[in-house]
This record gives sequence, structure tokens and C-alpha cells, in this order.
Amino acid sequence: MEVAEEAAGCSLRPFSCEQGLLSRPDGSATFVQGDTSVLAGLYGPAEVKGSRESPDGATVEVLLRPKVGLPGVAERSREQLLRRTFEAVLLGSLHPRTSITVVLQVLSDAGSLLACCLNAACMGLLDAGLPLSSLFCGVTCALDPHGDIILDPTARQEQEAHAVLTFAIDSAQRKVLATTTRGSCSAEEAGLPAPRPISGRGGVAAATRAGSGL
Amino acid sequence: MAGGGGAPAESRVGQVVLPGDVLLLPAYDEQDTERLPLGTSAAPRGRLLCGPGLRRCAGGLLVTKCGLLRHRRAGDGAAAAGGAYWVDSQQKRYVPVKGDHVIGIVTGKVGDVFRLDVGGSEQASLSYLAFEGATKRNRPNVQVGDLIYGQFLVANKDMEPEMVCIDSSGRASGMGVIGQDGFLFKVSLGLIRKLLAPKCEIIQELSQLYPFELVLGMNGRIWVKAKTVQQTLIIVNILEACEYMTAEQRKQALAKLSGN
Repeated sequence: MEVAEEAAGCSLRPFSCEQGLLSRPDGSATFVQGDTSVLAGLYGPAEVKGSRESPDGATVEVLLRPKVGLPGVAERSREQLLRRTFEAVLLGSLHPRTSITVVLQVLSDAGSLLACCLNAACMGLLDAGLPLSSLFCGVTCALDPHGDIILDPTARQEQEAHAVLTFAIDSAQRKVLATTTRGSCSAEEAGLPAPRPISGRGGVAAATRAGSGL
Repeated sequence: MAGGGGAPAESRVGQVVLPGDVLLLPAYDEQDTERLPLGTSAAPRGRLLCGPGLRRCAGGLLVTKCGLLRHRRAGDGAAAAGGAYWVDSQQKRYVPVKGDHVIGIVTGKVGDVFRLDVGGSEQASLSYLAFEGATKRNRPNVQVGDLIYGQFLVANKDMEPEMVCIDSSGRASGMGVIGQDGFLFKVSLGLIRKLLAPKCEIIQELSQLYPFELVLGMNGRIWVKAKTVQQTLIIVNILEACEYMTAEQRKQALAKLSGN
């Protein structure tokens, strides 16, 4: 795993993954980053109800279940982000009029939850044998009040940071598939806009380096 | 995660490949693909088959599933560009493929057509005339809940899959309704392919234990029938455990059972 020399915060917590642990879903995986862990279960390509079927490709559905309580608005918006990321990578045109369901259960949340969900879902997609055009990974960056970039922040670091960005990066061309921001930061700090080749500075660059390590 | 440029396909045979890897094919020498070769100097090129887990892309083959890359040479070893590449991958969910022999469960009759559950995203249809010796007057005796062993006549992503229980010459050749009793269970697709390989050790060792009847469906379903219920269940347990046992563990388990 590459470790960026620039700042002390540019390293990831120890992470691990286990695949094929559930017997009922077609694919399953659990991903642990430090103390954050997410369990993903995949079903597909399976039957889809009439109104939701699409003749062009598979209908991807994502369900994100928090550790306690019922899913709320925050979960719904994360589900949409995850769904669009998966649709960009899945070769859905090979399975029209089917549904692919991804169920993510948060087992423990200690920071970088969305990145952990992305990683668990990617390993689950591999376990299910669904056709993908590339792999992808999720990385969270936090910009702390001093302006340093911290990768894979803990819950405490996320609270103290004045911006937390999560990136989904694909494996074929190291492009950013999805990004979400909480808080406010300048564009240079984030390393945007993406069309510029990823140079050595900024959150996107650090995340890409960390992503290739993953 | 290796991104960037691709590696030649031959160098990756037998290694693990991941989705997104690009495999470069041997470049066709000096031939301009726009023009037809007129002279006889052009060496005949073999046809390259792109099997499961691979898609054609600009410059070569794009890997879409993770697994081991396999290659089979074309008939004569001289044509280096011929043969087939595919990825040996593991999955539990079946996707209908034309020509596959599968075990289906009858879920209903709609007019003259049976509906079968084959484990895919859609139910397959089976006409009552697609049995050996079936005519409009002589209908096959098929009830809801019966097991049928047949092959796919039509199976692509755009159409509903269609099954038949006769081969191209009109004979049943082992297909049709599976008899009474027995036990149906589901395993992963990789284990089925291992059991269907020629001279499979698992089947040979099991057949020395007890006599039994076995039907293997490419959709992951296996039907077993032995003389008694207990023998049937023992064979079912061994086949399910075979996925994760090594050859030595399996021989030990069978030796313990045949000792009893």
C-alpha cells in the first residue's frame, strides 16, 4: 500500500475484507476500515416487477440500513449516490429487464462510512459475479482547520474538520466516479475540477493515491 | 489494482484477472483491415473466441468478471491467433445460456405451455409438444411441482428463455420428467462445472460408496436418488461439502463412511 510522504495524516486505517459469508444472497462481502464496518449483500440479476423493469438494462436498487433506527433522509440520499456509482460501473445492458439489489447494513460507524459502503459493495459485486467494466473504491478525505488533508478520518476527525469529502474512484483510468462534500472548502483544496490531470496537490490526488493502494 | 495499459493475453493465462484489465491480442501483421488480401501470401488466421467474462473492446479484450484466465488452442497449433479465451469465475446466480442442460421446476400451465422456474431472472417456457413422442392427442403427464431436465432452445438477454426436452433429432436422450422421490438441492455453478468435467474423481469415489442416480443441472441444481433416504442424504451432504473440501479431506470422509 502506498503511503504519501507529504503529511502525517495521509495514511489509511488497517482495513480487511471477507467475501461469501452469507449463504442466501448471490454475493456478499464485509469491509472493515479501522472500527467502521459494513456488510453488503447482493441479489441479481433477478426478477423485477413490471413497472420498474427497463428494456435497456438492469434496474439497480440500493438499500442502506443504519445500525439503529429506521432509514431516514440521509440514508436515502446516500442510496442515490451509491446507485449512480454502481450504474456507472455495472454492465447493465447485458441483463435487461432484471433487477440488481444491493443491501448494505452498517455494523459499526467510526468515520468514513460512505467510503466503507462503496468498498463493501465493490467486493460484493465481485463475489456475485456480476459483469463490471472496472473496479472502484471509496476514500474519504477530511480538511482539518489547519488546512491539512486527513485520509480515512475517524468520527472525531470528521467532526472537527471543516470539510469532509468522499470520492469514488474507478480502477481502469483512476477517474473520479462520484464525489460528495459536507462542509465548505475552496476548489483548490479539493483538487477540482476533475478534467485537469490529477496533479500532486489536493484532496482528489491524495484520495487517488490511497485508492490505488486499496 | 493494475490500471493503465494492457498486458498481452498469453502472458496472463492461468493468472487471476480483475474487471477493468485489458488483454492485448497478438497484432495482425501488416494487414490493413480495410482491404481484402488478394495474394496467397497471407497466412490463414484462426478465429478467436471471446468467452464468458470477456468483452471485445478497442485494442483487445476487456475483463468483466474476476477469476482465472483460461485459453484453449484452436484445432491446429499453427494458428497462434485462433482458439478461445475465457475467465473461470465463480457465482451462485444462473443466467440462461443456449444449449445448457438444466433442471427446472414446473410452476404452472398456461394454455399449451408449461412455465418452469430455472433459477434465472425469468421463468422459462416449455411447450407440451417438446417431449419425445408427444402429439396433440398424446400429451405428456406433467404436473405442477414436477422436475424437468431439459435444454435451452432459446436463451438470450432480450427474449424469454425457452426449453425443450428433445434434442435436434427428436430423441429424448435422457431429458424429460425426473422420476419420483429423490432429493433436489442447490450448489454453486463452479462446483457443477467441476462435477461435469470428464473423469471427475468425486463422482467416481461416490459411486464406489453406494449406487445412486444423479442429475446435474447447469443452473446449480442437483437431483440425487439412492436406495434409502439415509444414503441419499449422505450423498447430498458430501456433494455440498465438496465445494470447500480438499481431495484428502474428501477421501478421509468417504473412507470413514465406507468403513461403517
